[in-house]
Amino acid sequence: MNILEVKNLNMSYKTIDGEVEAVKDVSFSVKEGESFGLVGESGCGKTSVAMSLLQLQADNGKITNGEIVFDGIDIVGLNESELREVRWSGISIVFQGAMNSWNPVVKIGEQIREAMREHYPDKTKDENTKKILELFNIVGLDETIIDRFPHELSGGMKQRAVIALALSCDPKLIIADEPTTALDVVIQDQILNEIRKVQEVLGLSLIYISHDIAVIAEMTDNMAVMYAGSIVEMGNTNKVFSNPQHSYTRMLLESTPSIVGPKKKLRSLDGEPPSLINTDPYCLFSYRCPNPDDNCKNRNLEMQLIKIEEDHYADKCCVNCG
Amino acid sequence: MSNTLIEVKNLEKYFEVSGGLFSRNKTIVKAVDGISFNIPFGSSLGLVGQSGCGKTTTARALSLLDPKTGGEVNFYNKESESMQSIDELEGEELKKFRRNIQMIFQDPYESLNPRWNIKDIILEPLNIHNIGDLKDREDAVYEILKTVGLTPPENYMPRYPHELSGGQRQRVSIARTLIMKPKFVVCDEPTSMLDVSIRISIMDLMLNLAKDLEVSYLYITHDLAVARYMCDQIAVMFNGKIVEIAKTEDLLNNPIHPYTKRLISSIPIPDPSYNREQYEVNFEELDSIIANNSESKAMIEVSEDHFVATHDVKGLL
Amino acid sequence: MKSQKDIAKEIRRKAIKKNWQLFRRSKLGMIGLYIVIFFLFLTILQPILFITGVWNKGVYDPVVGYSEQFQEFLVVECPKEYPTDKYDERSDCPGRTEVNIRTLFYSDAEVGETIIQNLQPAPPSRKHILGTDSLGRDVFSQIMEGSQVAFVLGLLSATLGVGISTILGTIAAFFGGRIDSYLMRQSDLILMLPTLPLLFIISAFAELKIWHLAVVLGTIGGLGGSVITIKSQALQVKVKPFVDSARITGGSRMNILFSHVLPNVAPLALLFMVFSVTGAIASESVLSFLGLLNIDMSWGLMIYLAQVEGFIFSGMKFWWLILPAGLSVTFLTGGFYLVGRGLDEVFNPRLRDR
Repeated sequence: MNILEVKNLNMSYKTIDGEVEAVKDVSFSVKEGESFGLVGESGCGKTSVAMSLLQLQADNGKITNGEIVFDGIDIVGLNESELREVRWSGISIVFQGAMNSWNPVVKIGEQIREAMREHYPDKTKDENTKKILELFNIVGLDETIIDRFPHELSGGMKQRAVIALALSCDPKLIIADEPTTALDVVIQDQILNEIRKVQEVLGLSLIYISHDIAVIAEMTDNMAVMYAGSIVEMGNTNKVFSNPQHSYTRMLLESTPSIVGPKKKLRSLDGEPPSLINTDPYCLFSYRCPNPDDNCKNRNLEMQLIKIEEDHYADKCCVNCG
Repeated sequence: MSNTLIEVKNLEKYFEVSGGLFSRNKTIVKAVDGISFNIPFGSSLGLVGQSGCGKTTTARALSLLDPKTGGEVNFYNKESESMQSIDELEGEELKKFRRNIQMIFQDPYESLNPRWNIKDIILEPLNIHNIGDLKDREDAVYEILKTVGLTPPENYMPRYPHELSGGQRQRVSIARTLIMKPKFVVCDEPTSMLDVSIRISIMDLMLNLAKDLEVSYLYITHDLAVARYMCDQIAVMFNGKIVEIAKTEDLLNNPIHPYTKRLISSIPIPDPSYNREQYEVNFEELDSIIANNSESKAMIEVSEDHFVATHDVKGLL
Repeated sequence: MKSQKDIAKEIRRKAIKKNWQLFRRSKLGMIGLYIVIFFLFLTILQPILFITGVWNKGVYDPVVGYSEQFQEFLVVECPKEYPTDKYDERSDCPGRTEVNIRTLFYSDAEVGETIIQNLQPAPPSRKHILGTDSLGRDVFSQIMEGSQVAFVLGLLSATLGVGISTILGTIAAFFGGRIDSYLMRQSDLILMLPTLPLLFIISAFAELKIWHLAVVLGTIGGLGGSVITIKSQALQVKVKPFVDSARITGGSRMNILFSHVLPNVAPLALLFMVFSVTGAIASESVLSFLGLLNIDMSWGLMIYLAQVEGFIFSGMKFWWLILPAGLSVTFLTGGFYLVGRGLDEVFNPRLRDR
């Protein structure tokens, strides 16, 4: 059962220099209880996808095409009040740098209760508090935190509180956008464990967005690699890692230093990411590909994901080179 | 004697923090609390640790930006062929000495003056030290731009930083840093703000230049994997002290200190089939090593060039 | 193959174009700019009219010109009770071409006769589009003269003030310690002093001409609050990595101050300059209005004369003596302010919509 199905999502931003096509024809689905990873570098569109899922894109951003079917309902066409019901109790999100978005003058518990009141106006304060304490237990926070102010907490604690906030209205799907970027690696490890535990205990689906493929490798069942607004490779995480087809995916894997295994020479990409203004449907990666074939160089093939094996797709342009 | 370029002994950097408007008490923050290491010529040392451990403070002290509050820093003096303390330098001598040390910063967006063009930015060190005549200087800028991969140089020289990408800006920083052919470069996480796909190209550039120009690096990072790629030795810092220092592979394959072990075990591995074991902090091994060592020194040598600290971190972990 | 100079020029052109585009997007900034340009035009217009001979200096000079305006008036005697055949209300008598015999002094005219009176101040006519003042001087010419005064005063004092505050602010940020403390206390002191009363006192001791006023305003402004703001900006620049980089390389403090810190503080200083022009122009009009300045002609002076001669309280009967000058002050200061707002959007990316 797919909790989320994204079909041909297109989103662009209007800017002073032109229309930036941030998300181009993106399709993927997430099953119940599954953990789905979205990996790519800055500007690839992964955060734009996350924002579109909750219609939280900036004022100058617009979904120009596509469907987002959550729990059977297409949420693209919904109006603001209908969307508010989906947000937080259907899909919730942990933003990048969310731990810094706590209101410094309100206690943590009160801020979480505020969110709960929006969605459960009939519940009493005690019921909400009890729920929050349960959540704190799951994410590994002490009970006393509920009455503390944000500045009294460390970075790791604040981030855990953010996760509790995201869980407070019993969502079915959580989007986590680089939730551990500013944290130390030891704390990051703990938070990732918490997230995994939460997923198991509550049966949640998770979309995990990151530029760090190591985290994606450990946290996700299925994944998609994004470049310049499109998905270039997608599938079961194990299969993508053991048999990467797209040149960009291969480059990502080969450019990540690791502390295990033999010390090997790593690869890197030349050139700069492309402009996303007025793009055509042909592969935007071709000018950076280390081993382009003729179709690639002449930009003959339009981008389209084709099946490599079961649960593994890649853009047809790049399948046979590199 | 050896080919040691820089010798650091018990470096200390303390800050005084006043206890508030009405308090007479001044707390002393020991950002760097007695660290020691040596870096040979043409070799690199990675300083790894989490935020607040004191690595940036160390970097600033070693690049002579902020004066240290204690300890010795000795630099190899070519003329006298001996190690000379930097404390003895001042005035003109100090200025001349600064040619030997440079620093590359983390933020590509803030480390270049937005009002200067690329040519002037790279020219500045030559102008400050009055090297050669104008033509020589411009030629040097041209050459170094080619070396760092910003070609054709004519296209880059009149441009301004905001027109370049993050990776290009770091190359400009590297060009500016290395145009004086320093012996020692402090690198403060120079790739952490860059896209993953271009990090390696910048790191490879730095490695190649290090080999060609015989430059030693002090490479500061929170990422052990990057330290492994870039450095010959690695020092792990925690709370202002070095807890373990060893040659790179030795540290990764045979960590002794519980903090090091914990750090290593927390790093995610880019391989979904790899089973990473979580490390439960265990001080027994360290305690037994300390007990077996009769001399009570701050750092104990457990094997060749592999030192472990003995100070107490139990309460903190 | 483009030479480096060509590339540099092209880049500069592109940068100026981009900044101009950004400025244009700010509606407020553009409105302000149009206003300022309009007044600038007035400034230039007057000498052109004189030089080309379109205007006779004897008649149109704003200070010493004289235009004869005579009009025939019928002498009438206003009745005590209203309404009458001729007049409905008391305010209808005397009419526009009539004069009440009771207001005539030193005249042996009688009711029913016509006399010729000097009509200064004369209302707007074809010859004088904004009329004349009580001394027969063309008001439009005076407005243009006032525009010249305003610009000179504004720009002079703004430049002086900004120059002083930039240097002091940067020095305070850079050297810190006692110098900084001293400069901050000095700023606090100046901030405490109310500018206008201070100017009154100064004008009691010295005869203030326009450029004296410019120097005084510039100095007071320069030593005041803007030092603190510039200092804070300089402090932000001081801790940026590129300054550290220059220090590590071995640059001297002076070198770093002038080549790194000052250029990055300049945009903020420019912004201040624009805003302080408004203060200067406003101060001048207040001082002139109170008769404390020794100038031949300015907008403030025009209103001062109108008030002193009692025309302000005649309602809108002599509007051309008050409205043009008052509106000019308002619009020009407003215009500069709006330009400042527009510039702010150029320099401060966070204010932009996107």
